[in-house]
Amino acid sequence: MSELYKLGIKEAAEGLAAGAFSSVELTQAVIDRVHEKDGEIGAYLTFDEEGALAAAEAADEKRLGQGAQSPSLLGIPVAIKDLINVKGQPCTCASKILKGYVSPYDATVIRNLKAAGAVCAGRVNMDEFAMGSSTENSGLGVTHNPYDLSRVPGGSSGGSAAAVGGDLAIAALGTDTGGSIRQPASFCNIVGLKPSYGRVSRYGVTAFASSLDQVGPMTKSVEDAAMLLQVLAGHDEMDGTTPKESVPDYVKALEGASLKGVKLGLPKEYYEVSGVDPEVKRITDEAIKSCEAAGAELVEVSLPHTEYAMAVYYIVAPAEASANLARFDGVRYGHRSERSDDVFNLYARSRAEGFGPEVKRRIIMGTYVLSSGYYDAYYGRASKVRTLIRRDFETAFQKVDALLTPVAPTPAFRIGEVQDPLTMYLNDLFTIPGSLAGNCSISVPAGFAATEGAKLPVGVQFICDAYREEKLLAVGMAFETIVRG
Amino acid sequence: MEFENTIGLETHVQLKTRTKMFCSCLLKTGCEPNTNVCPVCLGYPGALPVMNREAVKLTVMSGLMLGCEINRHATFDRKNYFYPDMAKDYQISENGNPLCLGGGVEITRTDGSKKFIRINHIHLEEDAAKINHYAAHSGVDFNRGGTPLMEIVSEPDLSSADEAIAYLTALKEMLIYAGVSDCNLEEGNMRSDVNISIRPVGETKLGTKVEIKNMNSFKGIHAALEYEARRQRECMAHSIPIVQETRRWDGEALETASMRSKENAHDYRYFPEPDLVPVALSEEQIAEWKALLPEKPELRRARMVEQYGIAEYDAEVLSQQKENADYFEAAAKGLDRKVAKQLCNLYMSDVMALMNATGKSIGECAMRPEALRALVVLAAQGTINGPTLKELLPEIFEKGGDPEAIVKERGLGAVNDASALEAFVDQAIAANPNVVADYKAGKKAAAGFFVGQVMKLSKGKADPKTVGPMIAKKLSAM
Repeated sequence: MSELYKLGIKEAAEGLAAGAFSSVELTQAVIDRVHEKDGEIGAYLTFDEEGALAAAEAADEKRLGQGAQSPSLLGIPVAIKDLINVKGQPCTCASKILKGYVSPYDATVIRNLKAAGAVCAGRVNMDEFAMGSSTENSGLGVTHNPYDLSRVPGGSSGGSAAAVGGDLAIAALGTDTGGSIRQPASFCNIVGLKPSYGRVSRYGVTAFASSLDQVGPMTKSVEDAAMLLQVLAGHDEMDGTTPKESVPDYVKALEGASLKGVKLGLPKEYYEVSGVDPEVKRITDEAIKSCEAAGAELVEVSLPHTEYAMAVYYIVAPAEASANLARFDGVRYGHRSERSDDVFNLYARSRAEGFGPEVKRRIIMGTYVLSSGYYDAYYGRASKVRTLIRRDFETAFQKVDALLTPVAPTPAFRIGEVQDPLTMYLNDLFTIPGSLAGNCSISVPAGFAATEGAKLPVGVQFICDAYREEKLLAVGMAFETIVRG
Repeated sequence: MEFENTIGLETHVQLKTRTKMFCSCLLKTGCEPNTNVCPVCLGYPGALPVMNREAVKLTVMSGLMLGCEINRHATFDRKNYFYPDMAKDYQISENGNPLCLGGGVEITRTDGSKKFIRINHIHLEEDAAKINHYAAHSGVDFNRGGTPLMEIVSEPDLSSADEAIAYLTALKEMLIYAGVSDCNLEEGNMRSDVNISIRPVGETKLGTKVEIKNMNSFKGIHAALEYEARRQRECMAHSIPIVQETRRWDGEALETASMRSKENAHDYRYFPEPDLVPVALSEEQIAEWKALLPEKPELRRARMVEQYGIAEYDAEVLSQQKENADYFEAAAKGLDRKVAKQLCNLYMSDVMALMNATGKSIGECAMRPEALRALVVLAAQGTINGPTLKELLPEIFEKGGDPEAIVKERGLGAVNDASALEAFVDQAIAANPNVVADYKAGKKAAAGFFVGQVMKLSKGKADPKTVGPMIAKKLSAM
């Protein structure tokens, strides 16, 4: 009973349904585990224990009344990345500028989770405003990788990944703009799914780059990811970028999942990149071989505009961020400088004091590329190349069912090891192109790298065409089965 | 040297939608500050805009009304600037790809001649919040923030303050007509910034443009343009260069003052709004909205002159307010031109006088258009006479009712029977031999006395128009 925190969504749901334990017991086990381990890991920013237990108690009561009719996530605690609004809870985006801010409303994904019975009480760390790949950019604290405390958990959803990977949560929500779910999932040995753009509502999710941001599940298994996505996905009246596309039954799509006859594309540009860690290469090669052995047909494909993806991303994302983050001005909420003696100083000083260096860097980059006289050369050009990148994928998906690529060029690196921002940006080399294209992708644990005497988790990435999450999950599940043996 | 003005207007019109541009807050005025707000219009983290379809509809209807081409694929942009009146610190607007393009409006100049003023485009955006300044601090009221705002940008086709006012008046008339906006200037439903430059007569190159803001009435706009045209001429006369800048109209001092020069102009860093998909408009959708449009006032005027045979002036007065024109046309239904003209005369004089006297619009009075038609028809048929008509009209205007029934019930029908009338005439003449003598002595006005006597004898039911000639005939035969 004491190790209930180790459970994933599916096992927890089964245990709760069978009456093996209560939601209060499950939630208390997670709380105890957080007390025991989070001092060294630092995944959580806040945990409303009282609220969590009250919600768990209510869930237990509800189950008594509804029995087998209970919603899928009833009584299961889910950790929330700290940029998703939950009414009455803080929502700092790991930024000093939102210290003390209490959210007045629920994000649509939270409404969905609450409707499915989930307990949303713990808020996890991240890179400030989701800008980063190591969670070191958090303005509020450091998060350690549960597999090696001297290393980063990845980012920006590093708190989510560390909480799930370290068994400090049953599951978590992350957000992914250029790799922020997938890369930390790879670093912390968990499953991370980035849904297609528009599949999940962004309403109530503090925006970094609006044309790229997506909320997704970070879980202990592919099946858990399917269960969570089922609750998150769908059209939302409050988000004009969610189409009225029907939501398939993702859990059902996993039945009999197999790689037999699945055409797996290997984008050659991804395998020509220099600077990929040899252990990552080895694990990816082994993954390719085991997929082939399981009946997958390997096809080499080309995504010719891959080399421009990084440049396009670092124009589009900062440009959108520069506008999205303008609202943090000290006027209506959040940090207001005490030295604000006029309107200009109110803005300048509040923002100078509230934002961290990486956020400032991206705001400056974004402001620059949108400036009069530069727009066409930067943002205008980048938008055009983005279309070409999207077409690359569309062409590839006419030939193959899914793509198989590394998630990140390296396993988790040491805290403080990467100082140069450009080197840090390269972490998202393999995840950014899919984000620009708006398709869906998943990071699934593939093995462990032997690095400097440590055993570090490494995942592989599968990518499917937009709105083919059911296919993506089935491929991911089949691969997971192989890895787990 | 003689100079001419080149003037262009940017006119903001608040649209008459139920809710705000991008959220479900209701459009209402007069609430306590910051009570009609939500996470979206307050720019809270994570909040997203959702496009108000009704605002798109009203903008497209305005565009159709003004002869614009409708964009089938308009897109929104973010206009970035830091100011406390804009919750997100960017305004969602349409920069490069607006809903309506081209079009224009015909104005009547003070000399009566017509001129066509071209429109460059109409775009849709959200209004800013209101900033209130107090003794020691300022406050922002976000109730107005996010109100749908349509901006009509004219070409620089106007050449005087009078023309600018004629243009705004024409716009206002059309937009009220189309039901798109109340265009109430006092409530800020309609605001206009102006651009003005001057150049020597005969010169084709435009002069240096100055933008003027902060006028809150047509009068203010007129005064600001007059002032600025004069100021620029004085600059020219004294060889002071005119700089491209934005100037602020001071309604108290009645002058403009520099706000910011071109060098300090904002760089709005426009880019496509990623939170909103393009406004896709099908041909069917546009046709459906077009069918909702009322007839344009100038076309309606011409048609009314043609159809009812009424005077151009009357048609113009009637069509200035859609309510009056609609009422008149409902009342005139099925009438021949002669009676329709009588209806028009009655409407223009007595009905309008009643509206003035009671302070009620035609829609607020109790008289149905059918009742007014019946009254006019009763008079035209001679069933009632003029005095009875004028007596009944105010009563029906106030209390309503069916004229035919009232006439019947009270026995107000005119006496048209010639022998009955003749009897009254004979009776009146016989009773007043001295007046007959006066008449015979040359006092022709004495005939009027007899008409009055006959009216009295008939208890007001004789028609003076019939009685008059009868009396003249009798008297001259004596």
